[in-house]
Amino acid sequence: MPSVAVSVAGPVNGFFEWFGSLGIFSWRVLKAAVTPPYEWRELIRQLDEVGSKSLPLVAMAGAAIGVIISLEARYSLSRFGAKSMFPSTLVYSVVQVMGPIITGLVVSGRVGAGIGAELASMKVTEQIDAIEASAINPYRLLAATRILACILMLPLLTLATDGCALLTGWFAQTLVEPLSFHQFISSGFNGATFNAFLPPTFKTAMYGLVIGLIACFEGMRTRGGAEGVGRAATNSVVLGSLFLILSDVVLVKFILVFFP
Amino acid sequence: MATAYDIPAKQVEAEQDGGAPVVAVENLRKTFAGHTVLNGISLSVGRGETLAVLGRSGTGKSVLLRLIIGLETPDSGSIRIHGQDIDGLALDRMGEIRKKMGFLFQHAALYDSLTVGENVAFPLVHHRRDMSRSERGGRVRQLLAEVGMKGDRDKMPSDISGGMQKRVGLARALALEPEILLLDEPTAGLDPISSGEIDDLILKLQRERRMASIVVTHDLHSARTIADRLALLDRGNVVIEGRFEDLQQSDIGFVKEFLKQS
Repeated sequence: MPSVAVSVAGPVNGFFEWFGSLGIFSWRVLKAAVTPPYEWRELIRQLDEVGSKSLPLVAMAGAAIGVIISLEARYSLSRFGAKSMFPSTLVYSVVQVMGPIITGLVVSGRVGAGIGAELASMKVTEQIDAIEASAINPYRLLAATRILACILMLPLLTLATDGCALLTGWFAQTLVEPLSFHQFISSGFNGATFNAFLPPTFKTAMYGLVIGLIACFEGMRTRGGAEGVGRAATNSVVLGSLFLILSDVVLVKFILVFFP
Repeated sequence: MATAYDIPAKQVEAEQDGGAPVVAVENLRKTFAGHTVLNGISLSVGRGETLAVLGRSGTGKSVLLRLIIGLETPDSGSIRIHGQDIDGLALDRMGEIRKKMGFLFQHAALYDSLTVGENVAFPLVHHRRDMSRSERGGRVRQLLAEVGMKGDRDKMPSDISGGMQKRVGLARALALEPEILLLDEPTAGLDPISSGEIDDLILKLQRERRMASIVVTHDLHSARTIADRLALLDRGNVVIEGRFEDLQQSDIGFVKEFLKQS
């Protein structure tokens, strides 16, 4: 029995140690982020890195999702004789569910892995130590700017994903059954309130926090050369995506309660 | 083959500065995963003085420098910079002390996404915000000229040799005109000619700037050339500290063996 206890204690300790370290890391980043000097130049560079450079990827993902939902929705709605519901089904599916989560996962893959690998590489080559030795707070310069860029850019990228998905979804529909874009949009958004669309879009700021925080944390705590860099990149994507989906469970419930 | 004995030792010319050490380390202990790296060592260095810390690989020489600049925290003991104990200092307060220090990392640790010039300008961009772009550019050119890298400002770190990277690292360490210079293996991995050039450069900088310097090395030739005093570490302890002649005259077995093998 003691051997079982010992074999269980290791992973359990590791689990709590990971969360404890993440908590300390988050506090340091928060403290660095709200106190001057502010790293505006680095923040702008990161906004470009996270935002502009992810745009083609999320646009393509959105375009594909639009076509997929269009094909699936038309088939399902036809079976139940509810073809007139097609525009609103597409709009609600994209804006409330698929757009945010697909954007989050795509950004987690591209940006999370990039941040994790970049910071891990800087860590193992002592570049982060060099920043600290130069009396510059690495939590402010490296972590706060990247996390903030993710928080600010995720909602904007989600809007781009949604836009592309609606456009291609409508286009796929018109190939089968002509429908003007104006008619599609007015029918799709008929009776919609801000509560139906803004919270799902802006909840992605929380995805940005999860993606940026985990990637920076994994990158800056790396040890062990090239293997450590690879591990940090993998962990950034895997844990970032996992926590993004888990956080969505909480966020959806939160939105349903506070923005009915 | 030339040995360390053939090289003239540096003339001791350190200022005593009223006897107050710029860096004073007392009874410093550091353990990593149950392995004692530093076991209660005490050292000090004054203004204009250079202390070389020698020893075999893995004896905690680099850890000592990392402790002094606050990248690691000691298990016990004290580190005083200009009389100020750095233990438990907030990051911003420690930052003020670090601005007075220059640190050359063993592998230079240049920012690989920045050019040589941007690397040297990095501390200036963050700490001399009052400097205009042209003033900063002039200062970078001057620093690069001092380390013999005038024409390499726009190169990337990956495009220059290890010796050149160390020169750039040294220029970056000098950017804020530090009062304390910490050099971690400045000549490690370099050919003898490049090592000699780096030693000459360090000597020139010491003459011009009168910094308190601690040089970690296992290169006895280099230590003898650039240091006023030497401290030999073994198993986390200072085996002997003094001038090169003191090491030569020592009867301690480890000291004799170290000098013989160097």
